[in-house]
Amino acid sequence: MTFHVVVGVRLKEGLLDPQGKAVESALPSLGWNNVSHVRVGKEIELEVDAPDEAAARAQVTEMAERFLSNPVIETFEILQVSQLVALHPSDEKAT
Amino acid sequence: MSEHRPRVGVVTFPGSLDDRDALRAVALMGGDPVPVWHADRSLGEADAVILPGGFSYGDYLRTGAIARFAPAMESVAAFATAGGPVLGICNGFQILCEAGLLPGALVRNRGLAFVCRWITVRVEHGSPGSAESSDNLTIGREGELLSVPIKHGEGRFVASAEELRRLEAAGQVAFRYCSPVGLVSDDFNPNGSAANIAGVWNEKGNVLGLMPHPEHAVDPDLGPTGGQPILQWLLSAARARVPA
Repeated sequence: MTFHVVVGVRLKEGLLDPQGKAVESALPSLGWNNVSHVRVGKEIELEVDAPDEAAARAQVTEMAERFLSNPVIETFEILQVSQLVALHPSDEKAT
Repeated sequence: MSEHRPRVGVVTFPGSLDDRDALRAVALMGGDPVPVWHADRSLGEADAVILPGGFSYGDYLRTGAIARFAPAMESVAAFATAGGPVLGICNGFQILCEAGLLPGALVRNRGLAFVCRWITVRVEHGSPGSAESSDNLTIGREGELLSVPIKHGEGRFVASAEELRRLEAAGQVAFRYCSPVGLVSDDFNPNGSAANIAGVWNEKGNVLGLMPHPEHAVDPDLGPTGGQPILQWLLSAARARVPA
């Protein structure tokens, strides 16, 4: 089975996020004067072949701990796990 | 002092930029430079290793995050664990932090801008630990000033408050950014690093990482030579490991 997994990676709370600050300071020039505490993170999407959802989740958790995030500066969260049912367009061509 | 020229391996990753300058600096300082390719496990029988500056793997994901899994890094990690001297410069420092061979991490500069200029660092611990050793295995006395260039976008050293206290107590802070006369203050912090930290030692004191570039500051014909004592430490540490 193939699972589509989305992992969110954020800078730890309290760690200065200059990118978020830059976005925050640009918003008033577009007319939004009511925005504060902007933080920029990233989202990593992957497709994992695994026997079941729990196994997919466990593997991605390990990837996130060892590689996708750095525990010194970041936290991660598995935002979504969904089983892929439709074939890829490339797979369809092949059949 | 023996005339032995220790072999210093300089690892080139895809995206390394300062490997050639590092090789040249090693030769100028009396070492035998050995190019090491990231995909090779062999360190070319090196007595010391330099991880040079640049943008390995395009800095994708995080700086140093992908380089740390290069085959050569397995050998570097084993070499460092066995007590071999390792110097990480800029991107090399970032790789060592990602590999867990040095504490902390390096993140986007406080001001977002890439900074490229000559700065001054103050030697905090020329050798690790609170007791300064008097032999040649030291970069300098506490308070000594070195003029070196920086050029990075992600050089802000961060660590947890607990880790910072531990680093300070253990004498693992090697350098701090300071004014030209040695004043350590936020005005002379080019990237927002915690406690103005520009470089750190590992616990054992055989691994050193710093954001400034000593390899660009060794040739008196080209400018200040604040990089010399840092490379001299690496060569002395390498000689100390080589049976005479």
